[in-house]
Amino acid sequence: MKASEGIETSGRKPSRPPVVAPGHSPGSVTDQITAVVLDRAPRWWWVAFGISFALVMLLLRALTKLLFEGTGIWGLNIPVGWGFAIINFVWWIGIGHAGTLISAILLLARQEWRTSINRFAEAMTLFAVACAGIFPLIHVGRPWLAYWLLPYPNTMDLWPQFRSPLVWDVFAVSTYATVSLLFWYVGLIPDMATLRDRAEGKFAKVAYGFLSMGWRGSATHWHNYETAYLLLAGLATPLVVSVHTVVSFDFAVGQLPGWHATIFPPYFVAGAIFAGFAMVITLAIPLRAAFGLKDFITTRHLQNMGKILLATGLIVAYGYLVEIFMAWYSGNWYEQFMILNRIQGPYQKQWMALLLCNVLAPQLLWFRRVRSSPVLLFMVAMFVNVGMWLERFVIVVTSLHRDFLPSSWGMYSGTFWDWATFIGTIGLFLALLFLFIRFLPMISIFEMKTIVPKQVPNTAEEAPE
Amino acid sequence: MSQIFKPSTNTLARVTLFGALFFALVSVWILVSLNRSAYATRQTIVRMQPVPFSHDHHTEAMGISCLYCHTSAEDSAFAGVPPTATCMNCHKLIWNDSPMLEPVRASFRSGEPIQWARVHDLPDFVYFNHSIHIAKGVGCVTCHGRVDKMPLMKQAVSLQMEWCLECHRAPQDFVRPRSEIYNMEWEAEDQAALGAKLVEQYDIQSMMSCSVCHR
Repeated sequence: MKASEGIETSGRKPSRPPVVAPGHSPGSVTDQITAVVLDRAPRWWWVAFGISFALVMLLLRALTKLLFEGTGIWGLNIPVGWGFAIINFVWWIGIGHAGTLISAILLLARQEWRTSINRFAEAMTLFAVACAGIFPLIHVGRPWLAYWLLPYPNTMDLWPQFRSPLVWDVFAVSTYATVSLLFWYVGLIPDMATLRDRAEGKFAKVAYGFLSMGWRGSATHWHNYETAYLLLAGLATPLVVSVHTVVSFDFAVGQLPGWHATIFPPYFVAGAIFAGFAMVITLAIPLRAAFGLKDFITTRHLQNMGKILLATGLIVAYGYLVEIFMAWYSGNWYEQFMILNRIQGPYQKQWMALLLCNVLAPQLLWFRRVRSSPVLLFMVAMFVNVGMWLERFVIVVTSLHRDFLPSSWGMYSGTFWDWATFIGTIGLFLALLFLFIRFLPMISIFEMKTIVPKQVPNTAEEAPE
Repeated sequence: MSQIFKPSTNTLARVTLFGALFFALVSVWILVSLNRSAYATRQTIVRMQPVPFSHDHHTEAMGISCLYCHTSAEDSAFAGVPPTATCMNCHKLIWNDSPMLEPVRASFRSGEPIQWARVHDLPDFVYFNHSIHIAKGVGCVTCHGRVDKMPLMKQAVSLQMEWCLECHRAPQDFVRPRSEIYNMEWEAEDQAALGAKLVEQYDIQSMMSCSVCHR
């Protein structure tokens, strides 16, 4: 029997691979996903978690040094007053966007294939936002006063500068983190109840019971759940666009050649989804192999994510093109110098590498063979991960290092502590992710069950939404 | 399957929801209150001095002018703390064997200044200029309170930025004629009318830019 039979009601594309591999029943779905959490951790998990945890220690070491000695330990200096902190912030925030897109927009667009990947993509969003949030806090120089960013009744009788995009960032990112957390948690509640019922140990039962907030699966519970989940999806949808738009304003509102451009908001949003899907692919491919979840995260998922990567990659490439065009079209001497300096100047290598990673590498995704090959897709995604970091580096540094007066030109590079902080946050991200896959179901069990019955022959009735 | 939680857990969960909100609000309230308390501002707290100098006695009873000791109040950024010699102008003749004044005499003999504890001490990032405030008609009492009624010196106001801005936003509510600067008891009959007139006359501006005080 062909795998696709029974799913495609329209029959227009009979060759499309299924969302869930055939032969699964609701019971087998629950068994396989809960087993990851309830069985003993495999040895590789301990090794991988150990390495990530060591990197978290590196992060703490770098932050401690920063607290005692200040931002002088970084490579920042005039003329480049914005460096790794903003680059890493934008990189991490961008990565988070795929989670929100998958959970909210694909849900509202009724893209069933999102079901297998939304849970860990949302977790990835949260952890990426956590990593991103570190940088604005530590870059202020005196992190213990970072709460000054918030508007609160204070003895200085001062409000933050509401006309500054840096303050908009505070609201955008904190809203984003809150809504993402709620969305993720609400989605987890029914699965927590499943884990509670299946757990053996007393502690696990109480812990999952506590987290499932008394979920019994009654019709009222489901009704409330569906309403809350849809409302949250509606709330999260504008955030996909708004957060990175505000982040792009950090640059676009400044009157610096290379930053002061109207293309920035859409170009940043596309870049964020591009980066985010690259990270989802980077995580999904090893995870499905390691835990034998290829039945749930199928070639169909990889192909779809590959297509999104290609589409957003093309928008990003268009953004690069428009930047160059606008520099020429503006007739502004400084804009033109900035672009020429970006292309031919001392940071030419970074710019070329950025084009290779973000523009050339994704073109491979035009080929179905590349999209459906986990190894090749993983490699393209890794290129994009690096490329998106380079993109922010090029935007931040090439505009700053040669400003209007040649007498104040300079060069910028990260110091050991810059890199230690950055790599440390990657460690934090991975450590949180490893804890997540160990303690929570990384695929939504109950949502998978709603799409499974359609796979089973002789089940004409569609499962209720 | 046995139940993990007792039925009372439901009530507990609901109480916790309100408890969390209550806890958050009360925490904020405590922090805000602490921030403005005398503990944080040192307002109304008497500072220990090497000699228990009484402003009350010297100004109210003796009738000495503020400027006799704080000589640079009208001309300098800092009103000035008098040198020991100023004290000795009188105290070489009166109370010249009082044990209480021994630190003053010791300072005079050795030339080592007395280490007065500064009561009105703004943070170093505030570039406060005393003379301009006098020149624009801010009386002593407006910021320092009834010093003539203080046997021991203390801060009369919080000295927090919100307090500074109160006057910087609306100077007309606080200014007085230059002739009444040192008069501790003066009160305007009609501050609204007088303030508006003085603002015009002394060319007083509402200085609200950050860099007026923070450079």
